[in-house]
Amino acid sequence: MPDLPAVRRWLAAWAVHLRMGDGLVLAAALAFCVGSALVLWQGGRPDKAIIKAGGQVFAEVDLSAPRIVEVPGPLGTTRIEVQPGRARVASDPGPRQYCVRQGWLASAGAVAICAPNQVSLALSGRRADYDSLNY
Amino acid sequence: MTPSTTEIRLVPTADDHRVARHAAAAIVLTVAEAAIPLPLPGVKPGLANIVTLVVLARWGWREAAWVALLRVLVGSLVLGQFLAPGFFLSLAGSLASLAVLGAAMHLPRRWFGPVSHSVLAAFAHIGGQLVVARLWLVPHDGVFYLVPVFALAATLFGLVNGLVAARLLDAELAPAAPRDGA
Repeated sequence: MPDLPAVRRWLAAWAVHLRMGDGLVLAAALAFCVGSALVLWQGGRPDKAIIKAGGQVFAEVDLSAPRIVEVPGPLGTTRIEVQPGRARVASDPGPRQYCVRQGWLASAGAVAICAPNQVSLALSGRRADYDSLNY
Repeated sequence: MTPSTTEIRLVPTADDHRVARHAAAAIVLTVAEAAIPLPLPGVKPGLANIVTLVVLARWGWREAAWVALLRVLVGSLVLGQFLAPGFFLSLAGSLASLAVLGAAMHLPRRWFGPVSHSVLAAFAHIGGQLVVARLWLVPHDGVFYLVPVFALAATLFGLVNGLVAARLLDAELAPAAPRDGA
């Protein structure tokens, strides 16, 4: 059990050395921390899904409203599900289901490829930190 | 003994002794700090800056610059970092924070104490280091990804070092004042 009055006295002994301007400088420093984190760490938010079939762009879908895109390929139909801020391959006729098992893609640069059916789903954003293939 | 005609005699003044004493204290803190394991390279408490702050407040900018730069030089020699990348990062950070301290010390004393000086100098330090890192060591904007972490560390350690410096200064200026139980 911490001794609260003692802790408070200890903090007060240090707080004596803080002046008005010091508080301002500290507030500005914290604001800079929060601001820089918001600006530098928000990259990678996707805003568009690019769906390709057979190497050609099949559709560019805005990631703002939920919808389902059905893409025809040599093996059958690949269903791509789009929700606000994310997208996934919901079903694919391919044998190994790699692209389906990748699940939801939610960052710019993420790619899911259904090679047997020649369909790919890629998310693009204002700024992508990396693409999931090269990374 | 007759002095040799080629002998150069250096007579250290009281100022030189004082600079040497303070620099020695700063070097000890640098070496001690190097033993503290830290999760991220580049994030260090910078305890030696407490000495710089105290010297700045008591003896002025010129002497603080001597102490800070001697500390960087000798600290790197002792740790085997001299002329290694870390040395140049440290030097760039120290030069930047000395420049900022030179300006910050003229802020009105009534409102801005050692804590302000410390936080501003800490931010200048990461600024100087990042410029060197970006231009030379990691020529890619990826280095800026860690800016929020460095900024948070600068705020935190700037505050702590500033408070310690302020307390030391108060204790020095009022030696007769009764100490509390701490």
